[in-house]
Amino acid sequence: MLRWIVWRDLILAWRRRADALSTLFFFVIVVSLFPLGIGPETELLRSIAPGVVWVAALLASMLSLGRLFANDYHDGTLEQLLLTPQPLYLVVLGKVAAQWVTSELPLVVIAPLLGVQFGLSNQTLVVLVVTLLLGTPVLSFIGSVGAALTLGLRSSSVLIAILVLPLYIPVLIFGAGAVEASIAGLSPASHMYLLGAVTVLALIFAPWATAAALRISLE
Amino acid sequence: MTGANGSGKTSLLRILCGLLSPAEGLVAWQGVNVHSLGEEYFTAVTYVGHRTGVKDELTAIENLQVSAGLCGNEIDRGQARAALEKVGLAKRDALPARLLSEGQRRRISLARLVVSKTSLWLLDEILTSLDKAAISLVRSLIEEHLSEGGIAIVATHQDLELSSGQSRRLELAT
Repeated sequence: MLRWIVWRDLILAWRRRADALSTLFFFVIVVSLFPLGIGPETELLRSIAPGVVWVAALLASMLSLGRLFANDYHDGTLEQLLLTPQPLYLVVLGKVAAQWVTSELPLVVIAPLLGVQFGLSNQTLVVLVVTLLLGTPVLSFIGSVGAALTLGLRSSSVLIAILVLPLYIPVLIFGAGAVEASIAGLSPASHMYLLGAVTVLALIFAPWATAAALRISLE
Repeated sequence: MTGANGSGKTSLLRILCGLLSPAEGLVAWQGVNVHSLGEEYFTAVTYVGHRTGVKDELTAIENLQVSAGLCGNEIDRGQARAALEKVGLAKRDALPARLLSEGQRRRISLARLVVSKTSLWLLDEILTSLDKAAISLVRSLIEEHLSEGGIAIVATHQDLELSSGQSRRLELAT
């Protein structure tokens, strides 16, 4: 039954691919503005690159969160999802997985190309991609809690940002930290372990919290 | 179930299907509190609400297959097409639902009832924006469901006129 929810969300994202593409373009444009604004100062660009790419990824993921449950809420399919004979935990897991594939994975894929603009070495680009692969699922998971809590509220997109961005801080610190360590010639492993730990915690607890928040939002 | 606007028909149905918790009292299914039954209760329930639960981007067939699949009752395209033919959407079943009229979208949710294997139907204002043919279809669907031993609780403003002895009427006061 889980495959139905993933299949459904992937089909819906494909038929509305302008939404996913706008997230990707936002990411590309925000990251590209920095080299243009700062000029060809390689050392400076290289040192700000990890922070810039990660902050842009956080902001870009905010764009897609508003859609995670809102569309289903407005046409009544969310009610139906709550009334299916399977744990709501699994429904949330399926929706978040589909959201990650359609909105976060493209950012991970395009990130090395953007890293080249900042003069990052090949080895650092690999670290950047690995940290994004580890860290972006956390953005989807934590974001899903915020999206569920603000469902049906006015100005919910601003509220999601206020709720969720502070919770993204550990991911930002460890993710950008790993890339910075790699630029400085150190091992990024310790940052990655911590980032992995955050991902596992989010995987375990966020779907429960999201499921509870959905029940409250639909009452 | 009838009653004036605001008399609580929708709230009662939402409480019965477990979307809303009652302020006092409990909802029991076969003698067990539905809160302790959890997801198991939903294997017995089909709820059709105000909002049709039809996805604009999916075709009628896909809508039906997804909603049946999510309820653990997987159907193939042939079964979906047959159900849609029964509700009068035979030639529209491959169009995205956003191109359909309100009444036709309602008919997709009727098709959910055709394929459902649940024993308790909770139907909220299901006759809204349906034409005469569709209303008599709803009536025959419910009568068939009842004759198979099922239960249907219908909130409505129009009279359903089920065959005698099969229905009881609950009038909610404001």
